[in-house]
Amino acid sequence: MLSNLHREGQFVMSTTISDILGRKKETIDKAVIRFCGDSGDGMQITGSQFTNTVALYGNDLATFPDYPAEIRAPAGTLPGVSGFQVHFSSSNVYTPGDSVDVLIAMNPAALKMNLSDLKTNGILIVNSDDFKETDLRKAQITVSPLEDHSLDGYRLFAVELTKLTRAALKDVGLDAKSMDRCKNFFALGMCYWLYNRSMEPTLRWLDDKFKNKPQLVIANKLAMQAGYSFCEATEAFQISYEIPPAKLSPGVYRNISGNAALALGFVAASQQARIPLFLGSYPITPASDILHELSMYKDFGVTTFQAEDEIAAVSSAIGASYTGALAITTTSGPGMALKTEAIGLAVAVELPLVVCDIQRGGPSTGLPTKTEQADLLQALYGRNSEAPVPVLAPSSPGDCFWIALEASRIAIKYMVPVIILSDGYLANGAEPWKIPTVAELPQIPVHFETDPEGFLPYKRNPSTLARPWAIPGTPGLEHRVGGIEKQDVTGNINYEPLNHEHMVRTRAEKVEGIAQDIPEIVPEGDPSGDLLIVAWGSTHGPITAAMKPMREKGHRIGHVHLRYLNPLPRNLGDILKRYKKILVPEMNMGQLVMILRAKFLVDAESYGKIQGKPFKQSEIEAKIEELLD
Amino acid sequence: MTTATLPVYTKKDFQTDQEIRWCPGCGDYAILAAVQAVFAELGVPREKFVFISGIGCSSRFPYYMNTFGFHTIHGRAPAIATGVKLIRPDLDVWVATGDGDSLSIGGNHTIHMLRRNVGLKVLMFNNKIYGLTKGQYSPTSEVGKKAKSTPFGSVDRPFSPLSLALGSEATFIARSVDVFQQHLKETLRKAAAHQGSAYIEILQNCNIFNDGAWETITEKEARSEQVVQLEHGKPLIFGKNRDKGIRLVGLDLEVVALGNGITEKDLLVHDEHDPNPVYAFALSRMDSMPGFPTPIGVLRALQGVPRFEDLMQQQIRDVIAKKGKGDLAKLLRAGDTWELKA
Repeated sequence: MLSNLHREGQFVMSTTISDILGRKKETIDKAVIRFCGDSGDGMQITGSQFTNTVALYGNDLATFPDYPAEIRAPAGTLPGVSGFQVHFSSSNVYTPGDSVDVLIAMNPAALKMNLSDLKTNGILIVNSDDFKETDLRKAQITVSPLEDHSLDGYRLFAVELTKLTRAALKDVGLDAKSMDRCKNFFALGMCYWLYNRSMEPTLRWLDDKFKNKPQLVIANKLAMQAGYSFCEATEAFQISYEIPPAKLSPGVYRNISGNAALALGFVAASQQARIPLFLGSYPITPASDILHELSMYKDFGVTTFQAEDEIAAVSSAIGASYTGALAITTTSGPGMALKTEAIGLAVAVELPLVVCDIQRGGPSTGLPTKTEQADLLQALYGRNSEAPVPVLAPSSPGDCFWIALEASRIAIKYMVPVIILSDGYLANGAEPWKIPTVAELPQIPVHFETDPEGFLPYKRNPSTLARPWAIPGTPGLEHRVGGIEKQDVTGNINYEPLNHEHMVRTRAEKVEGIAQDIPEIVPEGDPSGDLLIVAWGSTHGPITAAMKPMREKGHRIGHVHLRYLNPLPRNLGDILKRYKKILVPEMNMGQLVMILRAKFLVDAESYGKIQGKPFKQSEIEAKIEELLD
Repeated sequence: MTTATLPVYTKKDFQTDQEIRWCPGCGDYAILAAVQAVFAELGVPREKFVFISGIGCSSRFPYYMNTFGFHTIHGRAPAIATGVKLIRPDLDVWVATGDGDSLSIGGNHTIHMLRRNVGLKVLMFNNKIYGLTKGQYSPTSEVGKKAKSTPFGSVDRPFSPLSLALGSEATFIARSVDVFQQHLKETLRKAAAHQGSAYIEILQNCNIFNDGAWETITEKEARSEQVVQLEHGKPLIFGKNRDKGIRLVGLDLEVVALGNGITEKDLLVHDEHDPNPVYAFALSRMDSMPGFPTPIGVLRALQGVPRFEDLMQQQIRDVIAKKGKGDLAKLLRAGDTWELKA
């Protein structure tokens, strides 16, 4: 039966019917689509399939997956709503978009939670089969919005997604529940028609994803094709859209999320350093995907250790580093809190280590699946006593790859733990990423001490102040290290007052010295002027997007985006003096701004947003206008 | 293949030039001497020994051993040592810890290290007191312990370290005493030979804060009456005149006097390899049963359980054998890609 259904050519796209009907095809520059539904509706898969397809077509894009912390909140309820937003364009894309052109809402709860972001006259596709009284009650709605004219300002398409999907799948032999689980692919098919996209990449993906469940391959393909044909055959949509490929710089691209990019970056770093990669980790949202990803790369000699807790995760990494591995640990804010004592140990014993904090809303459990940038001060100062460490922050999903390499390089060269501050938005968001060749990757030289002649565990390299990396198993280098204060050079336990001051200052000097080894910062936009925006991390997108229209309006604005938060770029102080005002947008209550004010005595203004959501371009623009008016 | 000749070591080769900072009379000195002596005999190149410790008096141990040594943070030595073993299974890694470090703050790491059977030798110095913080009761202190933080006596129950270890699927558990030098050395040799986690409870005297905690066992007069030495394949006999034994009645242990029809044949014969943990569990708590002697020696040595680090490395080798060694250029271009031409 399956082979009958899977006829040759069944899924090949046809454009003839539309042509016969004489419907319009309009070429536009960009669009923002949001798929939303219940957590069980497959919205994340639907969104990522759409993303993959537009990426392969050559559009620039940015995504924003937004899902609840509960795996399956009661079906149809407001807390169970999951969404995935894609912004794709024929020009550069920096954000997932402030508001959406097309909203696909699979149930009343999803509609209620997301409608406010739909543009006036935007396209609204809803599954009208799920607007019965019980569905409305779960969403705490009394009158159906499909009937009360509340949706009059939008181009509403109430489609019987459930019924139509069941009809399309009637011969596949699935039960009703399984058929209903394919309705997201019906909606996906509709979107492919709407934006004139080939279904091929998704067909290929289905073949691979369900290769051991041929019935599901067929069912999902049929549902998607039915959605496509539905648009083709009915006259619901009078128009479809074409968004030409973007003019990105030439090269080979793939779509990548921040967490996947971090994982790849560490594999690359271990290959460049020619030492094994070790990850000690404990599952935590939104960092777990790095563990999942790296656990697949055993063919690169990667050891992934799912430890019994966050402390064991970082501690095992310290043990691996002591033994000569490129050792990393990955976590989010609550896990960072638990790891702090061990990071202090790595500071004291001066061993390389990379700690990735994929920030989420806090304090405590906070908003596990939502983004925030409020761990900056924790990363910089959250250890007992004076324990400075380099802190780096990627500015886009693709930049996570490069940050992993750079953090590894610094950790090894300076024998120091390095913290990477990513966040939920970068971790799960995706963008097209220009794949580098291996030759373009930085070298990461590693020197293990082997010469017992004159060996002393804290005899420092005079230029980097790094101590030697002397790993167990090396004859003649037997020595002791520990968290207790020690004498410089010999490493012997030492509690003398002046020695302690010397060691504290030496460890700090070592980290400060890295400023000579990182690039000076060059502002985007105007090199001097009325306003300088200083920011870090995932706010790069909305700020970059806002810069262009603001400068076109005649404002003289510069933007520096700090990838290095400790040490800061050595010319930052000079840059700050070139502008009349300084604005620091952050997804926290003003942490970087506090550092800038303390270090440079500048009157920098904080713009904090603490809603678990990234800044919108419009919010940054409004703030700029407010400051410059 | 060439065989490298191993230097002939003496105890002195494992001593460091560091001034030892334990209190005079501390039981740790005896343990240090035993370990240094045994290390010299093990036939392992000195650079392959790693001593890892947490925090506490016992955890100063690595500074006095001329091997690789890492004095870490409170309770975390098993986790750090696990990282070492996962990268270099060939290293001979030992952990020095105490009843506070291993059973209180580091309890979680202890049980998971044992469950995984990481190839670590753990020397747990049990003095039933917190020494370095100057005398608070510990998780092995007896109920009613009057200490700095419990002037009216502690009210919480202690646990048996070896029962806990067994419950954590430990493959090797043993007990020895700081002052029983020969017995301690023999126990260390057996631990060294074990494949997998070896958890050794060493009853150790803190002469400053809990002096005499093990007096009933260590007092010359009492020793033979209060201690039963476990020897694989031999019956459980003790007593100055070797006239007492332990037998099993139903599921209960019973102390019996030999004679009057009771012979060695009626006694339990020690089997350290018994796959059923019930017997080892009974032994592990015998010391707290009134009228029973404290068993010392190897309570259990389960053979043939693979080591965690070997399984982890084998998995890497298996994947490489199946997929080939990873190619970075290919990995970077994995999945769907597209090319934009100039």
